[in-house]
Amino acid sequence: MIAQPEPKPDVLARREEIIAGLRTIVPGGTIAEPLRLKPYETDGLTAYRQVPLAVVLPETTEQVAAILAFCHANGVRVVPRGAGTSLSGGALPLVDAVLLGMMRLGRILEVNFADRYAVVQAGVTNLSITQAVQGSGFFYAPDPSSQLACMIGGNVAMNSGGAHCLKYGVTANNLLGLKIVTIDGEVIDIGGAHLDAAGYDWLGLLTGSEGQLAVVTEVTVRILRGPEGARAMLAAFRANEVAGACVDAIIGSGIIPVALEFMDRPAIHACEAFAHAGYPLDAEAMLIIEVEGSPAEQDDLLGRIRAICERHDPISLKVSGSVEESMAIWKGRKGAFGAVGRISPDYLCMDGTIPTSRLPEVLGRIGAMSENYGLKVANIFHAGDGNLHPLIMFDANDPDSFHRAENFGADILRLCVEVGGCLTGEHGVGVEKRDLMPAQFAPHELDQQRRIKSAFDPDWLLNPSKVFPLRPPAEPARAA
Amino acid sequence: MTGELAPEEESGITEAVRDAHRAAEPLLVLGNGSKASMLRPVQAARSLSTRAHRGITLYSPKELVLSARAGTPLAEIEAAVAAEGQHVIAEPPDFSALLGSHAPQTLGGVVAANLSGPRRVTWGAMRDHVLGMRAVNGTGEVIRSGGRVLKNVTGLDLCKLLTGSHGTLAVIAEITLKVLPAPPAVGTLVLRGLDARAGVAALSAALGSPYGVSAAAWLPAPAAALAGLPGGSAALIRVEEFAPSVAYRTGRLHGELAAFAPGDVLDDATSRAAWRAVRDATVLSAEAEDAVWRVSVRPSAGPDILAVAAGAGGRGFLDWGGGLVWIAAPAQAQQAIARAAIAAGGTWMLLRAPEPMRASSEVVPPEPPALARLTRRVKAAFDPRGILNPGRIYAGV
Repeated sequence: MIAQPEPKPDVLARREEIIAGLRTIVPGGTIAEPLRLKPYETDGLTAYRQVPLAVVLPETTEQVAAILAFCHANGVRVVPRGAGTSLSGGALPLVDAVLLGMMRLGRILEVNFADRYAVVQAGVTNLSITQAVQGSGFFYAPDPSSQLACMIGGNVAMNSGGAHCLKYGVTANNLLGLKIVTIDGEVIDIGGAHLDAAGYDWLGLLTGSEGQLAVVTEVTVRILRGPEGARAMLAAFRANEVAGACVDAIIGSGIIPVALEFMDRPAIHACEAFAHAGYPLDAEAMLIIEVEGSPAEQDDLLGRIRAICERHDPISLKVSGSVEESMAIWKGRKGAFGAVGRISPDYLCMDGTIPTSRLPEVLGRIGAMSENYGLKVANIFHAGDGNLHPLIMFDANDPDSFHRAENFGADILRLCVEVGGCLTGEHGVGVEKRDLMPAQFAPHELDQQRRIKSAFDPDWLLNPSKVFPLRPPAEPARAA
Repeated sequence: MTGELAPEEESGITEAVRDAHRAAEPLLVLGNGSKASMLRPVQAARSLSTRAHRGITLYSPKELVLSARAGTPLAEIEAAVAAEGQHVIAEPPDFSALLGSHAPQTLGGVVAANLSGPRRVTWGAMRDHVLGMRAVNGTGEVIRSGGRVLKNVTGLDLCKLLTGSHGTLAVIAEITLKVLPAPPAVGTLVLRGLDARAGVAALSAALGSPYGVSAAAWLPAPAAALAGLPGGSAALIRVEEFAPSVAYRTGRLHGELAAFAPGDVLDDATSRAAWRAVRDATVLSAEAEDAVWRVSVRPSAGPDILAVAAGAGGRGFLDWGGGLVWIAAPAQAQQAIARAAIAAGGTWMLLRAPEPMRASSEVVPPEPPALARLTRRVKAAFDPRGILNPGRIYAGV
């Protein structure tokens, strides 16, 4: 289990007073009744739960600023939350913290096709940005699998990715501007509708900072015109090594597919049993490869990729001839989480990144760990960018099973670091991987990051106990 | 003690910074100094150059990653990736003609200045492709951030913060970049005779098309002539793909944009030469005594900024679909240009200026007080004694 910081006794003692103060700022959006607080006790990392001190649901940037100024003045910790879909516990409440729910900042403020941007409030869902612009053929590129629910403010906080990052990048690569509020209640505009900053890259630093530095209330995103079309193919192989070599050969040929997804044998079986997508059950590894362009361009690229696959002794190749066939190929992959949920009562979705050349070795070692821990694992892998998602299956009603699953997951992430990768590719550190940070960073490197946190939030009130291993905060960095 | 330190090893960089930290002596941090005349001059008795800390340390074409020490000449990296059919995605410019420097720019310099070329409008800036870094902070500690994998959200993203920080937070010692296969063919559609506003409308239509346009620029007649395209103003729209796709896509764009102006499709060699001239801003024809600005605004505001510059005795051209305004003008045009950029919601940078102007004027817009406080605190979080390139971006920071 992951330790939480000592609650501040003075804050707990002043709970009524703090709630009354919040009510004066957001009269219709301050929640204090235990039964109504309960739904906020966890996020996508459901193994951890904590009812917060109170929940406040502002509707404007001004209210967010007033709430933060109030909490700052009263020494109250604040946990920002979007839709609560974080898989790393990024929005896990604290018993002495106000949960700042951003879902009522849900308006799309501006869409500009000529200049290719949209301004949206933090509580707008990822998918609804694309829905607002797709009538004109545009889209917002990052597409995390939670895109129906997850909110853009959370995407910024976690620098979310998705299945199409190899070509279109992650959240950080698709932002132009932010409106942020600092812990002392200052509202600051970063960037705008233009490219590149003068001065320091605040946009880059804030993106993926997991609510440690400031609260985002508005986001200016780049919107892109979609391609003429896209089509997928499926290729199944006899061994992980062979599928890995095939990925290398595709990239080596100069083709950057828009998606390049790898599934191992357990993942293929789980998805097929769930979705009946026609996946080959005799394969050890399977690739879903998607390309974009005109129909003729798709034919050309899929033809080149097919020829490469054929040199790798495939068990089967299926090139989609239509949108419907592409959807069928994707059906199993997109249902992967549900599929694993059906064969196991619970699972942990891990999220390390590895150099793609180490994939066969890493999968072999994960297989050996699976036997040692006595827990099944299915591996889904964004093969183009090295982002590995092992799904560790366990039973939450069995504390020993959960304990083993957590240790298994930690071992996988240490392995990712050992082979030259990192602890998290797109889910964030949150509480889940907080205590593993020393596996990737030296103490003085963590201190450097802590000093930046202190520069924004000297009292460590914003989303404390996430990202950085618990210990007394570093000396605040102040200007001379 | 005065002079220049240029250690070959990272340990030499850390020692030099540690010594300077101990003595609280400022250091001019640079690579080969090719961009030394950019931004504000640094007052320091000693300089610390990364130019001898060089060499490619990792290149895995199949994994799309390359690592090199900061002092490695960019040209060496471009040659290494070209040999594997790949390219540096952000198409970094070479300002040696503009800045009057003959020193080959280093990878560290390009990253420290976050310099990106025409491809930036579609494929991102230099900062979007820095995957990892080793850098020496102002107390002499080696700080690693990121890594050698394409997707990484572990901890704060110091790579982006240090990219474009002009050596004021840390001395970048080694950089890992994402690289991509270089498209084998290039084609450019040129629309002639459009004014700036109509030109940007055409560029917006092209960038809003499904044909994957990789660059879009508008050049007034004199600039077009310097890009090898005499005969009036030119709106340039570039496609980089496999050869059959270049032919197909430039053909479709030609048809769909015919209402703007009749167009021509340039061949591969003419196309590459023209875009190099746009990238390096050699089409700007800046006079020796001119100052040079880069203004970044939403694309549709680009023509307004150009008009303001013309009114102040300057000239310029537009890249990034209209959003990057290059201006050469007499120094006194600064106030008008800066005011117009800010009024349009954008930003600006004084890239080149006569010496007295560099030392005495702002080179980027002043930050609002809350942000200026953060700048000072973050600077102190890396460099508590303020020894690294003091004053290079902002006076007193």
